[in-house]
Amino acid sequence: MKHLLIATALLGLASTSLAQVSLTGAGATFPFPVLSKYFDEYLKVTNGQVRVNYQSIGSGGGQRQLIEQTVHFGVSDNPFNDQQMADIRRNSGSPALNIPFVLGAVVPTYNLPGVTQRLNFTGEVLADIFLGNIKTWNDPAIARLNPGVNLPALPITVVHRSDGSGTTFVWTDYLTKVSPEWAQKVGRGNSVNWLAPNKVGGRGNEGVAGVVRNTPGAIGYNEVTYAVQNRIQYGAVQNKAGRFIVADLPSITAAANVVLPGDARISLTNTNAPDGYPVSSFSYILTYEQLDKNKAFKSEAEARAFVQMLKWVVTEGQKFNEPLTYARLTEVAQARALALISRITYQGKPIGKEIVGQ
Amino acid sequence: MQQASTQSALIKRKTSAIYRVLGDRIFLAVVLLLALSLIALTLGLGYFLYLGGSQTINKEGFFGFLTGTTWDPALRLEFGIWPYVVGTLITSLAALVLSVPVALAAAIFTAEYAPRWLAGIINYLVDLMAAVPSVVYGIWGIFVLAPFLREAFYLPVFLWASENAPWLVRYLGNPAGYGLFTGIVVLSSMIIPFTAALSRDAISLVPVAQREGAYALGATRWEVMQMVILPYARGGIFAGAMLALGRALGETMAIAMVIGNGNILPYTLFGPASTMPAVIALELKEAVEDLHYSAIIGVGFFLFLIAFIVNATASYLLNKLKVSEQRF
Repeated sequence: MKHLLIATALLGLASTSLAQVSLTGAGATFPFPVLSKYFDEYLKVTNGQVRVNYQSIGSGGGQRQLIEQTVHFGVSDNPFNDQQMADIRRNSGSPALNIPFVLGAVVPTYNLPGVTQRLNFTGEVLADIFLGNIKTWNDPAIARLNPGVNLPALPITVVHRSDGSGTTFVWTDYLTKVSPEWAQKVGRGNSVNWLAPNKVGGRGNEGVAGVVRNTPGAIGYNEVTYAVQNRIQYGAVQNKAGRFIVADLPSITAAANVVLPGDARISLTNTNAPDGYPVSSFSYILTYEQLDKNKAFKSEAEARAFVQMLKWVVTEGQKFNEPLTYARLTEVAQARALALISRITYQGKPIGKEIVGQ
Repeated sequence: MQQASTQSALIKRKTSAIYRVLGDRIFLAVVLLLALSLIALTLGLGYFLYLGGSQTINKEGFFGFLTGTTWDPALRLEFGIWPYVVGTLITSLAALVLSVPVALAAAIFTAEYAPRWLAGIINYLVDLMAAVPSVVYGIWGIFVLAPFLREAFYLPVFLWASENAPWLVRYLGNPAGYGLFTGIVVLSSMIIPFTAALSRDAISLVPVAQREGAYALGATRWEVMQMVILPYARGGIFAGAMLALGRALGETMAIAMVIGNGNILPYTLFGPASTMPAVIALELKEAVEDLHYSAIIGVGFFLFLIAFIVNATASYLLNKLKVSEQRF
């Protein structure tokens, strides 16, 4: 009996000291591995004081949940667009913030039996392939970019994501920028109307990779981390400066070496950076500038814990990116992210400035 | 000893009102409430699906939405679900046609011909097929069935056709392995157990007197099967097929994984196609635009309508079949 009492008392103590603040976020699936690493580590850093629950339900879901104020923060592969920013400001009374925390890239993956060299692509050629204008691998447009490669006369099978995805958004955003025909006929989005006649849709990164791997002559697009980990052949893409760039951590990070707008809402595809890989993109943590306007926040303690967590993610947390093959923020992007965090207030108190200034 | 005396005491004790008068009424009320809530649930489901989809349905028009063939969630925000409707109907009906003979054969064999031990094994395996989650069928479809069908069937047929019958190539489509026919094969293997199990039960319910009567008249085994057992069991067999069809209409994951998810009509035999449940499952998660989100819920509403029509037709036909049958 006595033991039981002591045990209960201990349990009670333990539960009060553990998980004093619990934050909830929802959104993109692409950065999920690195986010769960952050939040695991952050629980240790804070001695178990701040626990973050993250549900990877997709970028669209993350944006929706934040707008409905059921979560403390959302995570998305693309920032809120102008219309959404205006709607949020009007409906909640507080502007939204898009805080970049990680960089990803999308690469063209292909399956060409007998070709061991890495192929070169330009944006126009990729757009023509995905529109169905280029139908075979030995097309002169591809051959011109790859002198010395013996390209087979295989028909091209275009493989695309059939589920809505931030990966598709980044890929089609790039094609929209480099090809007027693409911009006119297909456009950019998480799901689009694919026009190539010889096409197959795969579900998820694994679905696209599976079809590409099983189909001689297939070309698809995957997250670079996925392509690297699964050793799928992928091509180099010519950037705006005219160089063929292979996506790797330095070239993806370099893509963000551009002039960033004040709110960090920028599409990095077709980047101006001379060493940057042209199909790169930020992932964002989405939040309200005035945290008290988000019904999910119940107290100032919660708001402070959240801001501290944000600051940690864009500074110390960045060291967990590269081991998980995510590119880290450049110094410029990090400074921008911190500037955005310092705008956060709670009931008029400038808690963002206080915490970032520390 | 003590037990016996408490028992008799219990019997002698006057039962309380709840067991005599109230019990029945409470039971009736509870049952009625639950039954009514089922109706409310179904109607509510349809209503809220319509409500969720109304933004797009109103924009495209009820029939425009149903018969439109462009699904463009990015540039023009134009939504027509006809390719998905056609895909759903083709895959479900074709899977039914493929699966019923196999299922019926399994049912007849296990119920009439097989020795008991073998029938037991087959029945166990058929039941197991029903218990395998659909995502497992999908994985099997991606990694085993699709590559196998491509090597053993699609490519040879495609190459043969391109040499000998070029006009056929147009109807064959891309032989990549992920497409309409693979979807149908996966779907039919998923629904076999439903038809098989119900047919088996229906066949074993045929009264012994009927069979023995036929045998006494000198009928062969085949004649008994054809003239006595199948006509007698057809209601059950039909019910099994309808259950399988319902399952096929709503099947999502396995289909979404192997069908190639193309929405350009006309569909080809080997080329990609898509179905209504697949597009809902695949695009809902990342639908950012309100119109897109609403269109997907609208697909759900039409799927609900189709399932309703199919079920209503099935139960009508089932009743027709039963009328001519001897009731017992």
